[in-house]
Amino acid sequence: MTKASPAVEVSALHKSFGKTHALDGLDLTVETGEVHGFLGPNGAGKSTAIRVLLGLLRADSGTARILGRDPWADAVEAHRRIAYVPGDVTLWRNLSGGEVIDLYGRLRGGGLDSRRRAELIDRFELDPTKKGRTYSKGNRQKVALVAAFASDVDLLILDEPTSGLDPLMEEVFQRCVAEERDRGRTVLLSSHILSEVEELCDRVSIIRAGRTVESGSLADLRHLTRTSITAELAGAPNGLARLPGVHDLDVSGNRVQLQVDTDKLDAVLRSLTASGVRSLRSTPPTLEELFLRHYQDETPSAPAGTVAR
Amino acid sequence: MSATATPAAFAARSGGARQLAGTGTLLMFNLRRDRVMIPVWVAVTALLVLSLPGSLESVYSTPAERAEIARQLLTNSSLRATYGPVFSDSIGGLTAWRIGGYAAILAGVMSLLVVVRHTRDEEESGRQELISSAMVGRRAPLTAALLTALVANAALALLITGGLAGRGASGALALGLGVAGVGTAFATLTAIVAQFTESARLAKGLTGGLLGAAFVLRAAGDSATDDGSSALTWISPIGWLENLRPFADERWWVLGLFVAATALQGWLAYELAGRRDVGMSFVPTRPGPATGRLGTAGALAWRLQRGAVLGWSVGFFAAGVAFGGLTKGAADLVGDNAKTRQIIERMGGQSSIEDAFLATMVGMFGMVAALYVVSSVLRLHAEETSQRAEPILANAVGRLRWAGSHLVIAFGGAVLILLLSGLGLALGYGQELGPVVGASLVQVPAVWVLGGLAVLLYGLSPRLAVGAWGVAGFALLVGWIGPALDVPQAVLDLSPFGHLPKVPGGEMSWTPVLVLTGVAVGLVSAGLAGVRRRDVTA
Repeated sequence: MTKASPAVEVSALHKSFGKTHALDGLDLTVETGEVHGFLGPNGAGKSTAIRVLLGLLRADSGTARILGRDPWADAVEAHRRIAYVPGDVTLWRNLSGGEVIDLYGRLRGGGLDSRRRAELIDRFELDPTKKGRTYSKGNRQKVALVAAFASDVDLLILDEPTSGLDPLMEEVFQRCVAEERDRGRTVLLSSHILSEVEELCDRVSIIRAGRTVESGSLADLRHLTRTSITAELAGAPNGLARLPGVHDLDVSGNRVQLQVDTDKLDAVLRSLTASGVRSLRSTPPTLEELFLRHYQDETPSAPAGTVAR
Repeated sequence: MSATATPAAFAARSGGARQLAGTGTLLMFNLRRDRVMIPVWVAVTALLVLSLPGSLESVYSTPAERAEIARQLLTNSSLRATYGPVFSDSIGGLTAWRIGGYAAILAGVMSLLVVVRHTRDEEESGRQELISSAMVGRRAPLTAALLTALVANAALALLITGGLAGRGASGALALGLGVAGVGTAFATLTAIVAQFTESARLAKGLTGGLLGAAFVLRAAGDSATDDGSSALTWISPIGWLENLRPFADERWWVLGLFVAATALQGWLAYELAGRRDVGMSFVPTRPGPATGRLGTAGALAWRLQRGAVLGWSVGFFAAGVAFGGLTKGAADLVGDNAKTRQIIERMGGQSSIEDAFLATMVGMFGMVAALYVVSSVLRLHAEETSQRAEPILANAVGRLRWAGSHLVIAFGGAVLILLLSGLGLALGYGQELGPVVGASLVQVPAVWVLGGLAVLLYGLSPRLAVGAWGVAGFALLVGWIGPALDVPQAVLDLSPFGHLPKVPGGEMSWTPVLVLTGVAVGLVSAGLAGVRRRDVTA
């Protein structure tokens, strides 16, 4: 794979509003051609970061490049190759959805591919003749989504784009993003919908309090979490508590329950088999657990109960 | 089963007292949201009225002078059209004559802003849904909005009555109640209009137009008769105030008209509101085209502002024609009274009375045009705070291009409407086309300075932007009543309009025109520099 320069490259980005530090040394790299999940709890600074990348906010310090350009100084040129969908689309009351879609396309410079536009309107089941507030929340999102997917750009920036979409439309959205990826376009997807992230994203960055806390592929991240194990042993367990990475150990007779950091799993399994295993149930970390762990405030131990829901 | 269906249907129809549930809470909430706007509006209106007796006393110090001026005022149809007939030459009577109608207009504007703000604005923004989902009766929001307007108007009536009581208690009470009566009548009228539009902006524009029509009806009626007895005057609530005759043997029964109109319109508004869905109107939004032609930021800005530009253009031209037609009559008056002449001269300059009157009118149009330019500039503010600017700027549209396209409409539109007002004045007057149109255009730099100030405030911070209304309002007030109040020239000079040559009639001087244009350019440039530099607010 030839390494093109990253579509988005952000390092040590700071931005404060008065006393609030919205971004506190954010790092983010989105490689060209990937779908990058951008995750974090509410108020973590995702939208602020996106607005800096769009040149709407000026960063206090740090560097940001988008499609090789400075997002602030070179905003207009950069935007020719970018389509943006905000999480809350507001429309003009006297303009129809179709007019807004075409307006966005033209303002981007290139106009829209009319066949793709028609196809997308069809797939999203959008009525383009309705105006402004007569659209529901989900339908307003569709207006922005159609405008974004129908335009010829290199980078799509989607900030919680599916809020208000029904599950069927959510599926249409996911197919559209997959198609964009197949065409070699880059997508930065901010989302709280984990299935969406799991389905679409090659890599994810998790931010909290304006800082990147984790970045990598989902497989990478899974290694950073804990697997829970329940085992019935032939004899009493031996020395489990001393093993590194073991948490919440609960031994009752020959029955063992524990959580283990996934990268320390091997030693635990050895220790278990040494005592003879009658039955073993291992639950790999779910995505929910992964995120909850990162979303919650820095707590040294994992949540006690099983989180699977 | 009909046995169960009947009570349910009955309950749905009547709704019972629960329809008003939550009104008290909403009223307190409204008053808290308006805790700055209503007191300021009420105080300024009251001060306007209360400052008048003193200055009238200094201008016409003896009863004989007042009797003479009252006689002259009454015989002059143009002045009757502008202010209404004089019914009493007492200080109180002259105060009511000079300012009553205008205070009533201010009360009407206040009421319309308050009512739209708490009804249609809330529905348009979607906030109403959340409110209505709570323990809030179907009629509570409208009731609370009308009560808010009632509280504001009552405060105004109290201040006027208390402040003028020394000039005659019953006259003061009549003027206070009459001004508040016009206010409440327009409050319920606004409530009706707000049922027919889905847009708060349109509701304000339409009610504002009705308010203007009420003034024109009264003016037309009074230019024809000298005792307010014309049917045209009786159609207009502002005419009722006049016919209440404060300080001149008050005709208390006229107050019944205000009560009846307020109640009838209120009832109609309730009936209408009860028959429609939240957020919807009786004039449903029609579908639009499936594909659009808009392709530039400029085209979008024009599309968003063209309705306002058209409305202002029609209004300015029509008002120009109307006032132009009054010019000839204005000349009959004033003549001997040196003090009055001095007032007119300070407002409109020296030379012939016709020219002085025209110059005054031209100046008025200039000051009102400042309201247009501020509202048009602040469209940028509305677009930004409603988050509609953000996706536009996320396209390949530079901030200057985006802001500039709205500013072209604001500043160019100011030229257009002033040109039309000049044309109207000249047409109505029937002569002096060149000088009058030229004089109207002389107002442009002063209007631009106020527009430029709005751009600067907006460019510095969107939070400051609404301050532009305060500045424009100050300039309007200084120019409107300053000359009559013997305000020091230094204060008059604070308004850019104070520096303009008094044309037609006066000496044309280019220096202030060029300097003000330069100032306007500087303000706009500084404002745009701010727009470029600062963050776009979420």
